[in-house]
Amino acid sequence: MSTIHIFDPALCCSTGVCGVDVDQQLVDFSADLDWAKQNGAQIERFNLAQQPMAFAENAVVKAFLERSGAEALPLILVDGEVALAGRYPNRTELARWTGMVATEEKSESGCCGGSRCC
Amino acid sequence: MTELDFLDQPPRFLFFTGKGGVGKTSIACATAIQLADAGRQVLLVSTDPASNVGQVFGISIGNQITPIAAVAGLAALEIDPQAAAQAYRDRIVGPVRGVLPETVVKGIEEQLSGACTTEIAAFDEFTALLTDSTLTADYDHIIFDTAPTGHTIRLLQLPGAWTGFLDEGKGDASCLGPLAGLEKQRSQYKEAVDALADPQRSRLILVARAQQSTLREVARTHEELDAIGLTQQYLVVNGILPEAEAGQDSLAIAICQREQRALAEIPEVLKTLPLDCIELKPFNLVGLAALRQLLTTALLTSSVSEVATQAIQVPNLAKLVDEIAVDGHGLVMLMGKGGVGKTTLAAAVAVELAQRGLPVHLTTSDPAANLTETLNGVLDNLTVSRIDPHAETERYCQHVLESKGANLDAPGRALLEEDLRSPCTEEIAVFQAFSRIIREAGKKFVVMDTAPTGHTLLLLDATGAYHREVSRQMGSNSHYLTPMMQLQDPKQTKVLLVTLAETTPVLEAANLQADLRRAGIEPWAWVINNSVAATTVHSSLLRQRAANELQEIDAIVQQYAPRYAVVPLLREEPVGVDRLLELAGHH
Repeated sequence: MSTIHIFDPALCCSTGVCGVDVDQQLVDFSADLDWAKQNGAQIERFNLAQQPMAFAENAVVKAFLERSGAEALPLILVDGEVALAGRYPNRTELARWTGMVATEEKSESGCCGGSRCC
Repeated sequence: MTELDFLDQPPRFLFFTGKGGVGKTSIACATAIQLADAGRQVLLVSTDPASNVGQVFGISIGNQITPIAAVAGLAALEIDPQAAAQAYRDRIVGPVRGVLPETVVKGIEEQLSGACTTEIAAFDEFTALLTDSTLTADYDHIIFDTAPTGHTIRLLQLPGAWTGFLDEGKGDASCLGPLAGLEKQRSQYKEAVDALADPQRSRLILVARAQQSTLREVARTHEELDAIGLTQQYLVVNGILPEAEAGQDSLAIAICQREQRALAEIPEVLKTLPLDCIELKPFNLVGLAALRQLLTTALLTSSVSEVATQAIQVPNLAKLVDEIAVDGHGLVMLMGKGGVGKTTLAAAVAVELAQRGLPVHLTTSDPAANLTETLNGVLDNLTVSRIDPHAETERYCQHVLESKGANLDAPGRALLEEDLRSPCTEEIAVFQAFSRIIREAGKKFVVMDTAPTGHTLLLLDATGAYHREVSRQMGSNSHYLTPMMQLQDPKQTKVLLVTLAETTPVLEAANLQADLRRAGIEPWAWVINNSVAATTVHSSLLRQRAANELQEIDAIVQQYAPRYAVVPLLREEPVGVDRLLELAGHH
């Protein structure tokens, strides 16, 4: 199975709830990441504010930062190669990269599956 | 000898906690000396930024265990939380400096400049003292002039927070940013928290003054730490004016009565704690002899002199308000540590402005809304509102879950809900309420007793920088105004730093000023509250206090304040329009 490495910008926390305005992208991605891990995906996340060494030690990431700056993050590597930059992947992409059998976009377990019915 | 409860069969670890200026360092020092005099081996640990431990013993101590020659069996150690936080930032940022682009490194440093980082870094230093037996094996008692906050301990206890974090070095859980640079192992932090929560090993001594607001704050600390398992708590009320001192001095009589009333009406949750009262002493707590006397209960002879110390001539609050009123509108923020009287002074400023016929909105986040409620509807052009942190947090969480969490599945929603329980959420929620209100300042005066913390300001600054970038790209005609830009503009915002004329509160206010300046905000004036020097007193204890205050006032005027006002200590609580006007010096 492929390994996904996510290089986040400098975040106070990974869901972004600490921001002045909660970032929808981060909220959604945290849920997607959790889902992918539950399904056995190998994903690691690195926060620039917490683990800058992980950025400095990876030649691809370091070069990306030098060229595009921290504003261009997040950067997503699949098996060490750039797969995506500037936005977070969705569930379909995560499933495809890891070779997971893609389940439906939104789980339908129970009536509360993301809808507002209860 | 002494019969103070908190000194009865003390366990190994003693923690003194309380807001700045209540005298916890002095009491910690005095306790350490007393235990050492009784033949024990004692280590005194100070994290007070105004640490005078070295001064007291006439040696320089610093960040290493230093034997105190003058007291057999006593050694001391000073931890500087700011330096600890800096060392900690260096640990994370140092290895990538010069490796990653300069702007990236700056961004990381900014993220690690919050209050949480300082708190966690200080706890990191504690951990060794609580758990490393080779370091502390020789000591019967270790005395701390501070205690970790509930926030820090909760952070370290967060279920799942540690899972795979320190062990594997991968941080998924939120709010662990500040923990990233910790060196020690999870087991060691757990051991430290366990030691704190063990009544056989740890005793927490809450230090307060006989004032309603201080006692309320102590009650909150008590409940928070009790909930976390620090159940062995004692209460010490320091600096009580002895009744014998009252005599014919009307201010002293009023203070005595007020203090007795505060003690009689002590918050319910504190009533079960063992209580010790320490009287105000007629000497400065500097030097061994003075500290040895602090914990004695014997009455010291004090006297009421025929000679009065006359009130000093200083600018009053009404004078400052004259200058504020000129603009016709704007934001006035009263800032300072808890218990210095921000709410009262905000109310006084608001009433002074309204009395001049100007439109004023007074808003407070003080949980005891009594003072401001009495003002509602009293003056035509004065409106009063309150920011309730709990209600704001509740509303904010609901809003986020309903908007941002709308499309999440059940596990995703649960994850978001758990993250919203982080301590940052309340700060953000209150900040949002705050930003809504300050927009009104373009048309009227908005007077607030609350302000975002340095951590929130930093987050805010990040958005401010973003908006500046946006407006630069859009050209100079942009009218975009962020809250940060509004706070930084002296034409729109006046920050009044509130302090007391005592060493620690002045130092705390100076630190706050430095913090604000870092965020590009220049305090407009200082207000020195509850000044005895600004009254006429006969009591020798109060005359002594007035004399001490003069030094502090002088330091404020010479070193810190661009302009200032002094508010005298009043005989009665300033409730209602007339008393607030009197407080401001209005005749």
